Amino acid sequence: MSTPVSPLGSVLAGQAPEVSISRDLVKRGLFAAPVVVLGGFIADSGAGAASAGFALALVLLNFSLAAGLIAITAPISLGLMMGAILFGYIARLGLITVAVLLVKDLSWVSIPVLGGAIIVTHLGLLFWEMKYVAASLAFPGTKPNKPYLSKSRPPDKHQAKD
Amino acid sequence: MEAIARLIAAEAAAAAEAGTTTGDGLTAMGAGLAYGFAAIGPALGIGNLVGKSVEAMARQPEAAGMVRTTMFLGIAFTEALALIGFVVFILLKFA
Repeated sequence: MSTPVSPLGSVLAGQAPEVSISRDLVKRGLFAAPVVVLGGFIADSGAGAASAGFALALVLLNFSLAAGLIAITAPISLGLMMGAILFGYIARLGLITVAVLLVKDLSWVSIPVLGGAIIVTHLGLLFWEMKYVAASLAFPGTKPNKPYLSKSRPPDKHQAKD
Repeated sequence: MEAIARLIAAEAAAAAEAGTTTGDGLTAMGAGLAYGFAAIGPALGIGNLVGKSVEAMARQPEAAGMVRTTMFLGIAFTEALALIGFVVFILLKFA
């Protein structure tokens, strides 16, 4: 009989996959930035373009903060990671609210474009990244250059026999 | 009861003085409710998601990398619901 171990007391060592994913998301966000800003410009000229750029920056910052919180707390304890994720969710939502409330009255801000761009860029980047991650999880051999997807994979039984 | 009625009358008088209507009040209330309710669902979802992920990582530490990857994406997708609520709030309140 093994002694029961509390999952909350466990720690996770090794690489943080969230950081790699958020770095990937930021990279993709920067690639998509001209398209997002152009979309904002078409929707509401200069104010729309500036608002779309601001929304993209907010979304990328939000992803980076979420990943940073998990990466910092996971090696300490899983319980702390859980708490950090839950309180971090509220804190990040509050940060986005404060950021929008601070700029809402400025002349270069278009509220409808800002709101739309926040949703579109958040979901768009996630679907873009998810497509890549889902394919890598289903066929790990196809993406050997991503350490966060292949490191934790158990050894292949068939390979061991050969 | 009388005190509440007096308070409501005073609020109504103040609102009339400020030039706000019942519609403005209802819009503000709707915006607040939209944001508040939209934040509750994702909070429950994230709590459940992270709880199950921690359980999975504790059971199978060798699969922690995959679990963390999907957990992070799950958190971000769940959070999108709260962001939609937030956008409804800013559109109702400021647009």
